[in-house]
Amino acid sequence: MSDVPILLEMRSITKEFPGVKALSDVNLVVRAGEIHAICGENGAGKSTLMKVLSGVYPYGSYAGKIIYRGSESKFSDIRASENAGIVIIHQELALIPGMSIAENIFLGNEPRKRGAIDWKAANRMALDLMARVGLQEDPDTLIKDIGVGKQQLVEIAKAFAKDVKLLILDEPTAALNEADSRHLLDLLRGFRSRGITSIMISHKLNEIEAIADQITILRDGRTVETLDVKADGVDEDRIVRGMVGRELSSRFPDHTPKIGDVFFEVRNWNVRHPISADRQVCKNESFVVRRGEIVGFAGLMGAGRTELAMSVFGRSYGVYESGTIIKDGKEIVLKSVADAIDNGLAYVSEDRKALGLNLLDDIKSSTVAAKLSKISHHGVLDEVEEYQAAEAYRKELRTKAPTVDESVSKLSGGNQQKVVLAKWMFTDPDLLILDEPTRGIDVGAKYEIYGIIQRLADQGKGVIVISSELPELIGLCDRIYTVFEGAITGEIARADADPETLMKQMTSTKKLATR
Amino acid sequence: MSRIKDLQKNLFGGTTSNARQFGMIFTLVAIVLIFQIWTDGLTLRSDNLIALFQQNSYILILAIGMLMVIVAGHIDLSVGSVAAFTGILVAKSMTEWDLPWPAAIVFGLAIGAVIGAWQGFWVAYIGVPAFIVTLAGMLLFRGGNQFIGNAQSIPVPEGFREIGSGFLPEFGPNTGYNNATLLLGLAAAVAVVWRELQARKTRRAMDADPAPMWISILRMAVMVGVIAFAALRFASGRVGTSFPISGIILVALVIAYSFYTRNTAGGRHIYAVGGNSRAAELSGVKLRRVNFLVMMNMSILAALAGMIFVARSQASGPQDGNGWELDAIAAVFIGGAAVAGGIGTISGSIVGGLVMAVLNNGLQLQGVGTDKVQIIKGLVLLLAVALDVYNKRQGRFSIIGSLMRPFRREDSTPPASPPDAEREPAKAAVSG
Repeated sequence: MSDVPILLEMRSITKEFPGVKALSDVNLVVRAGEIHAICGENGAGKSTLMKVLSGVYPYGSYAGKIIYRGSESKFSDIRASENAGIVIIHQELALIPGMSIAENIFLGNEPRKRGAIDWKAANRMALDLMARVGLQEDPDTLIKDIGVGKQQLVEIAKAFAKDVKLLILDEPTAALNEADSRHLLDLLRGFRSRGITSIMISHKLNEIEAIADQITILRDGRTVETLDVKADGVDEDRIVRGMVGRELSSRFPDHTPKIGDVFFEVRNWNVRHPISADRQVCKNESFVVRRGEIVGFAGLMGAGRTELAMSVFGRSYGVYESGTIIKDGKEIVLKSVADAIDNGLAYVSEDRKALGLNLLDDIKSSTVAAKLSKISHHGVLDEVEEYQAAEAYRKELRTKAPTVDESVSKLSGGNQQKVVLAKWMFTDPDLLILDEPTRGIDVGAKYEIYGIIQRLADQGKGVIVISSELPELIGLCDRIYTVFEGAITGEIARADADPETLMKQMTSTKKLATR
Repeated sequence: MSRIKDLQKNLFGGTTSNARQFGMIFTLVAIVLIFQIWTDGLTLRSDNLIALFQQNSYILILAIGMLMVIVAGHIDLSVGSVAAFTGILVAKSMTEWDLPWPAAIVFGLAIGAVIGAWQGFWVAYIGVPAFIVTLAGMLLFRGGNQFIGNAQSIPVPEGFREIGSGFLPEFGPNTGYNNATLLLGLAAAVAVVWRELQARKTRRAMDADPAPMWISILRMAVMVGVIAFAALRFASGRVGTSFPISGIILVALVIAYSFYTRNTAGGRHIYAVGGNSRAAELSGVKLRRVNFLVMMNMSILAALAGMIFVARSQASGPQDGNGWELDAIAAVFIGGAAVAGGIGTISGSIVGGLVMAVLNNGLQLQGVGTDKVQIIKGLVLLLAVALDVYNKRQGRFSIIGSLMRPFRREDSTPPASPPDAEREPAKAAVSG
């Protein structure tokens, strides 16, 4: 595509923070009308580069040049870059839940008539913009009443309202289910055919492979290479090699499972929604876990996997209706999270920032937080034992942090996840439930997390993995349950698991043949 | 590394070091010295120091409870009214129902517990925001005080007055000083040295290098010096006076609550709830119980503060405790607590309270009217927190943060300079 004009060129961008060189000599060339993916592990500098581009880090705070539409740009803030048609859509959506779609689209950019907002025009224009992104909703609908997928579309419509020329999407599909992701990718293809240029940051390499024209790979704040997807015949493994700087022979560590007897069983589990009591969230679900076994739960977003896990974990979700839990041959009743922990259960939540960690804490106190009794004598905490425990896990899990006094808020996603894992390993659980354990984590750290999960299983613990990434479940789990609309629809052994079979059972109430 | 650098690192550096404690006391001392000079030596005179403690002990006691409430993510506006309500009931119990004064104190604490259970119930189990519950409580118990006392004052008997205006007894050889106060100072000095050595041992057990020995010695020398100075001042007042009883109650509470918030699971749970209540709940923390106990504890301390005030003013009146909640809240925020919860220390709040107290006292000694004192106090609160927020945003050294953040592993507990209860070295102060 070298004959296509260059829309944006970032030349030798260097950005330093006190003590850290976040970007050094990074180059990026984006041609008009292409979809350009930026890949790299967490901390590689992707977000920093986009912040430089969008004026979050104003001109003067970095070295290097940004050449946009033929002339050098010196953005002093986000407004300046937006006026030039560069719009960033962040992973955490910046919408106001209590306002309508139209109000959000025109927030800060309201069409006016004699000083007052012209709502008639706004709604008309909103409908027009919504049509362009394929969003069929009433513009008066409140943001909180539509799903994440549609919210993403509102964000994009908002970008169009600002007359976008270069759309930057940071992890656009991270929170979306398969159907919404596919819709979004189709939308991006449509933009491309209409000449809109997009930059996309994503960890989902299969999506990048499917959609991107060019891929620029960053590693440790430097540009590694720029690949032309078609010309270079790029595939996922090729991207991974660029990102980690070595060949990852496999995305999963080798592992021979040592599976023992059934030790944990949930029978006929029924749970109702916490607010609308007529909604049944878990419908007569039953499953078993063996010692040393990694059991996967596959399902679409909203299938009720998290709800099942949390309701088992000390009734921390919903209203318990009926069902029994049997552990080591005895029925146990878990009425609170404390009961669950005491009975050897651990639950690593899908949202580590909102539910897994106290971001004000350091690594040390986070590690011991779920079982303070283990470092207490007569109710008094022993700081030396706390330190030793945290330090042991830091070494074992290879958490990257200078000391265990480091605040968890300063760690990368992968290292935060390791701290959360350490916190639950510290409780000496027999059964670990891991909900999306690798969400938002880069390839290298994922590999390490998989290794930790396998080691835990080898110690004779049972591990349940809930994941929305089918390759992850297939690569990691010994057995996979499929869940659809609050009911378990299938059970598939590793040998029989392939994405098509799983997908079929994840989307059908009909119980297919099980082993 | 040069010695200057050593000193800098240990006083202001990013490492966990109890040197910052030295910095904290240093700041308070600086404020005291400014007033000492401005008032021509009146500030540090024995009688003024004693009065300062007697007049502020109840606010500082409230600040202890308020810190825990704020760390848990709540607020308590009712403390002044609860104090007044308890005060009038306790006064009445002694004058009209002839309850002996020790029983009356127990009675007062029980009233605090019942009120606290009432407020805690609404906050923790019904889920009404503490702001609303305690705003209601503020009206309820202020009205209750005036209803029970017919808006009149009720005097309290001799023995009871001890907790507000009493002093340590005179005994032993005539040294020209109050011997009990001297012994107290000695005990504090020993405690400081013991804690410092203990802290060095702990640091070593954690594979971390303790601060250089000479810094430890310097620190101990300064602390012991301050304690000795305070002890001599308090011991050399008018005959019959000493370190006041109310001050001793305060110091005992500060030590106990600092220990609780820093070194026990229960204390950690308060910070966990304030930092991220959902995460705390999923870690097995009993959210409702923590919220209930924090609110209940506040009212018990408010009841105690009310009794001490009544004992000092020798009667319970309808206007007792007006505006106390604001003084206590100001002390906690000047002391580096975060509005959003999860951050703050007992010792920080005490320093915050002492800063306000010294300011108040110094300005009054200078004959500045209460109108202007209020204006100055308001500005100090605003500026102290604003400066800290600004410094933090600039990524620079945060004064309040550095005062409050220190040394979770080490602390010492001199009576005149309260211990630090920091649990979180890396936490920055005032956010929210």
